[in-house]
Amino acid sequence: MRPVVHRGGIVVFASIIGALALSIMPLPDALVAWRPEWATMTVIYWCMATPMRFGVITSWMTGLMLDALRSGLLGQQALALALIGYIALKLHRRVRVFPLWQQSGTVFILVMLQQFLQIWIDGFSGHTEPMSRYLLPTISSALLWPVVFTILRYLRRSLHVH
Amino acid sequence: MNPLFIRGPSANLRLFILVIVSITLMVLDERQQYMQPVRATLTVATYPVRYLIDLPSSTGNWLSETFTSRRHLMLENEALHQEHLEFKAREQKLAALEVENARLRALLGSTAKVQEHTIIAELVALDMSPFSRQIVLNKGGLHGIYEGQAMIDAQGIMGQIIHVSPLQSTAILITDPKHTLPVEVNRNGLRSIASGTGESNRLILDQLPNNADILQGDLLVTSGLGGRFPAGYPVARVTEVIRNHDLPFAHVSAEPLAAIESSREVLLIARPNRPATESKASPPEKSGEK
Repeated sequence: MRPVVHRGGIVVFASIIGALALSIMPLPDALVAWRPEWATMTVIYWCMATPMRFGVITSWMTGLMLDALRSGLLGQQALALALIGYIALKLHRRVRVFPLWQQSGTVFILVMLQQFLQIWIDGFSGHTEPMSRYLLPTISSALLWPVVFTILRYLRRSLHVH
Repeated sequence: MNPLFIRGPSANLRLFILVIVSITLMVLDERQQYMQPVRATLTVATYPVRYLIDLPSSTGNWLSETFTSRRHLMLENEALHQEHLEFKAREQKLAALEVENARLRALLGSTAKVQEHTIIAELVALDMSPFSRQIVLNKGGLHGIYEGQAMIDAQGIMGQIIHVSPLQSTAILITDPKHTLPVEVNRNGLRSIASGTGESNRLILDQLPNNADILQGDLLVTSGLGGRFPAGYPVARVTEVIRNHDLPFAHVSAEPLAAIESSREVLLIARPNRPATESKASPPEKSGEK
């Protein structure tokens, strides 16, 4: 049996750096509340597309980087992303064949799960934020999923990432 | 050949371990000082991402600086010269005043105010999440920045440093809802606490009784109590005082004097006699209910 050859790690890495950059990019005031969870979407994509190599640990590390970039407790996003990576891994065979709008639904639920965890942890650590802070990113993430999916799939295919 | 299935138990086990690790991290991070080195390391590791974000604007600045016309530069130079002269003249007066002030203080038998030393830092990132007002500065532990250091701009107090990594530091602004600072009314020395609201142009003083002597237009300056901020720096101007006698406290709003949303360069005040051990790593928590 020939060893499994992984290719295109640099593409995965670059997409994650890009997603992290988008997550802290300054936005006009009107759009800030709508900022989608770019990192979460990227993690979901790579977990579903390359489940052999992108798993819980990579998701967790992405979350940890996000924690370092945002304010909030260290480990907060890491926990959420590890959980989302895990669920995406479990579901990847089913969700991969869904039409795009159904995938958007799945993304909606996963991002909502992440936001619930944030509400919970924020509540524990004693700072509360208005509910729209959690709801709007969920909506915008689901709406933008087809775009993210198409771009990442194009990158994966044209650059031969397995 | 690829294995057909992912090994199930391994993913479960990994998730379990990572959840435990995350929860440990969060609990330790609540008591901030334990996680400081980890956070500092991670901040250094994510420096490229911040750099990437800052790249377009810094490139833009560089381009416009490089291609400014000679005429424009000459005009600017002239204007700066004039300004410089003006400031020179004012400074001479200031020196005299400072000496006079020191002499008067000596006469009064009070301790002389220590001259504070400042470090200029530039803002590299901001707005990490919409309802917390924090910014990242390009100076860190290597430049002598320490936690709790006061940050000002040309007009007034802006905030204080809360995290320090070797090359960068994070500061909390006075408008952050979690931030409070001790102030006094410049006119009569009335002491109070100014809390952030999350809005960029409003602080509130919610612990003043209805009969407190505070008026619209009063200047609030730092009182120096609490040991974080040096005394006597301007903070805000009172914009609104609502006295409702049904409520125990007056409702006082103030507008920060510092250009909180638009300052790109800030000054960090280094105090020669900084406390060796910080009593609390976190900014003072809000005590009153809104």
